[in-house]
Amino acid sequence: MNVIAPEPVAADLSALAARFRRVLAPECVVTDAVARKPFETDAQTMHRQMPGIVVLPETVAQVAAVLKLCRDFGVPVVPRGAGTGLSGGATPVPGGVLLAMTKFNRILGIDYANRCVVAQPGVTNLGITKAVEDDGFYYAPDPSSQIACTIGGNVAQNSGGVHCLKYGLTVNNILGVELVTMDGEVLRIGGKYLDPEHYDLLSIITGSEGLLGVITEVTVRILPKPETVRALLVSFDSIEAGGACVADVIASGIIPAGMEMMDRITIDAVEEYCAPGYPADAAAILICELDGPAAEVDYLIERVTAIATRNGAIGVRASRSEEERLLFWLGRKSAFPAAAKMKPDYYVLDGTIPRNKLAPVLARIGEMSRASGLTIANVFHVGDGNLHPLILYDANVPGEMEAAEHLGHDILRLCVSVGGVLTGEHGVGTEKRDLMPEMFTDLDMQQQQRLKCAFDPGQHLNPGKVFPTLHRCAELGAMHVHRGRTAFPELPRF
Amino acid sequence: MLWLVQCGKTRSYRGMTSTYKPTDEKELAELISWASAEARPLELVGSGTKRGLGCPVAINGHGTPARVDLSGIAGVVFYEPEELVISVRPGTPLEQVNRMLAERNQMLAFEPLDWGWLLAGESKPGTIGGAISVGSSGPRRVKAGAARDFVLGAHAVNGRGECFKSGGRVVKNVTGYDLHKLMTGAYGTLGAFTEITLKVLPAPEKTYTLLIHGLKPERAVEALTVAANSPFEVSGLAHVPAAEAARSQVSYVGQADRAITAIRVEGHGVSVTHRMEELKKLLAPFGPLDELHSMNSRRFWSEMRDAWLLPPDHQMVWRVSVPPTNGAAVVAASGADSWLMDWAGGLVWLGYESAAPGQAARIRAAMTEGGHALLVRAPDYVRREEAVFQPQAEGLAKLSARVKAGFDPSSIFNPGRMGAVSLPGAA
Repeated sequence: MNVIAPEPVAADLSALAARFRRVLAPECVVTDAVARKPFETDAQTMHRQMPGIVVLPETVAQVAAVLKLCRDFGVPVVPRGAGTGLSGGATPVPGGVLLAMTKFNRILGIDYANRCVVAQPGVTNLGITKAVEDDGFYYAPDPSSQIACTIGGNVAQNSGGVHCLKYGLTVNNILGVELVTMDGEVLRIGGKYLDPEHYDLLSIITGSEGLLGVITEVTVRILPKPETVRALLVSFDSIEAGGACVADVIASGIIPAGMEMMDRITIDAVEEYCAPGYPADAAAILICELDGPAAEVDYLIERVTAIATRNGAIGVRASRSEEERLLFWLGRKSAFPAAAKMKPDYYVLDGTIPRNKLAPVLARIGEMSRASGLTIANVFHVGDGNLHPLILYDANVPGEMEAAEHLGHDILRLCVSVGGVLTGEHGVGTEKRDLMPEMFTDLDMQQQQRLKCAFDPGQHLNPGKVFPTLHRCAELGAMHVHRGRTAFPELPRF
Repeated sequence: MLWLVQCGKTRSYRGMTSTYKPTDEKELAELISWASAEARPLELVGSGTKRGLGCPVAINGHGTPARVDLSGIAGVVFYEPEELVISVRPGTPLEQVNRMLAERNQMLAFEPLDWGWLLAGESKPGTIGGAISVGSSGPRRVKAGAARDFVLGAHAVNGRGECFKSGGRVVKNVTGYDLHKLMTGAYGTLGAFTEITLKVLPAPEKTYTLLIHGLKPERAVEALTVAANSPFEVSGLAHVPAAEAARSQVSYVGQADRAITAIRVEGHGVSVTHRMEELKKLLAPFGPLDELHSMNSRRFWSEMRDAWLLPPDHQMVWRVSVPPTNGAAVVAASGADSWLMDWAGGLVWLGYESAAPGQAARIRAAMTEGGHALLVRAPDYVRREEAVFQPQAEGLAKLSARVKAGFDPSSIFNPGRMGAVSLPGAA
């Protein structure tokens, strides 16, 4: 599937490339078709587009110069981190500029006294933890791609992970950014302190999917590593029982570090793939991880065990060693590659629903799967209601990819209809762009787009993402109010 | 002739600012559409308890804006304790929200301040809409996060009179821009909330506090850093000099006759006991230790939260957010007559007996590693003239103005409240 760019790029790309070469090293301006090829997609591989020029700047000044040139040439520019995003947020605009931030890969400062790290955006998520773990610290958000995904991409996507239940998303774990706007202006927002200075711009830059500016530096909070981490592996003979157990755990005042659930199809797939030794008789298994001070973890393991038993668990195992805990996780962490063994392709969804809607939604997903003839494996962050149904398909079978996409969209509509949302952590990008009206009215989206216009009035930065309808900023800024035809006529004038 | 509208009834008053009291989103949207068309500035208030915070709403000699009283748009939309979520209308009293949550052993974990103590000398918690609009976070900020981290979604009316929403009711959500988080702490200059959905958390079973006596500020920050960098999940890190500690109603603090460094440990009983023991071992080198339990502990942290320990007759009070290691230096350079330190040094409250030229400059010059100095108590004439908010770099200030215009193009909401006074229609 190709996503149509909002406007064809009409500019003279060779002239633009020549201008880029005046500010960037020659090898940092890529125009060769073969060399551009790897940039045609991010991890949302259903969407591919060839960028016209790929640039790999090395300094903030170069980023600013590239953006200003793109603005002056009227050429759209798409920022990219490691390209691990799952929603097509870094899908190039055909013939546009792709701005890869991979050369910004240094940690600029570690400040234990203020519990933060200052990093360039191309540093990997895990790279931050690696830099501080010997001193007993870590960076909490842990998207499954953490070995490869970059912190700049995490900020753009407001990435989550399995431990968001207790530690929050990226937005809850960063303190400041340096951002370059489309005008080439370098802005510093926040720093090593906690109160925002004025409007809390950091909270909307995080998760803005590369539409507001290009991140050139990030200050993240780091946390002391917990004293102990243990996990429970609980099996249930129904998803409903598992869901009820999760609700009871939270209602009893316990916030585990993570709660992950898998259905029978996924259990079979991972047993086949890596044999983690999950119970053979379970309709669903729950991994409940508890971290913190040793005394607390041991106490909570007991309490969660009791709650699980009360909810009809057919098996409960508590990890007694780090090896055993990692074994519990092995199956969960292998769920995606295991699914890939079942069919050549899979499409991963990311809707979030209120926890108490879990059982009916999963039942409905089962019906939809049977009706479509496409198998769906369910792995999900059950603690925060974030579902990741994996729709298995074969792209070589004509029509199957489209059917998978169609089914996926229906599932996301279902999530929204029960009070949930389209995306819990993967972002809207191109993938869910056209579903935005399921959740938002035109007015809702226009208000969001006005924010975009405040940062990028020419709309050159990552166009065609997030918003299904492009409005010109001038149009959005116009006041459609006619004097004399005022509402609220019963109110007196003053 | 001026007018007052209350509960849908129109009555006339002489010599008063006109006030409108819409009772639902529709009435509010109609009122704002009209004000927008007429370019009439509006002051948005809940119960009005935080009008003394930020800059006074002003329209440069063009009279007083009409007031929109949002306390009529009140009530709980839904509260689902097992989902850790509550949705309320903005005029709902904060006390009512806190009480409802407490009945189910839950809480607003960001500890919204009772600004009444600083601004009016008495408890005036105001409305939830007000608490979110000023966006201030209490001592638990270091562990639990900021006010905006708990705002999951909102419905609001923009300066065009259009109703919009953002976010949702689930914690994990990256669909669209988090306008509700941007509006948190925006002092009602971007939009008028009509519904706010908040994440809530279980209230701790136990709240203990470890006290260290007699430390100097620099040494206190060292001790607090040791605690903050330990794996013992502390949720409060404060230091109070002797004179301010003497004002505490908690006898262990009030009668200590020495500076107090306080570390809060909350959670399940066995865990709290264990962590207190471990922290005592870690902090033994800093001097004699003491403990506060239950009521005393909770009382002390509410005194910290509301800066209640600052002398009430000190006219000027600043709230300064800096990198924690910069806190003691800011205190030393500030020349303040009274002060408190929270967030392991990252939050400094400074009190001065009276306004004096150069105070703001002196504080801001001491913030060598960035931060935000907010003037939170001052006579009105000072609030009108002083840079109440931290002055922004030019590029950011312009961006903020464009963001504001995207929500409120005619600048009708709370003009001047966050600084720059702009008249609707003025160049």
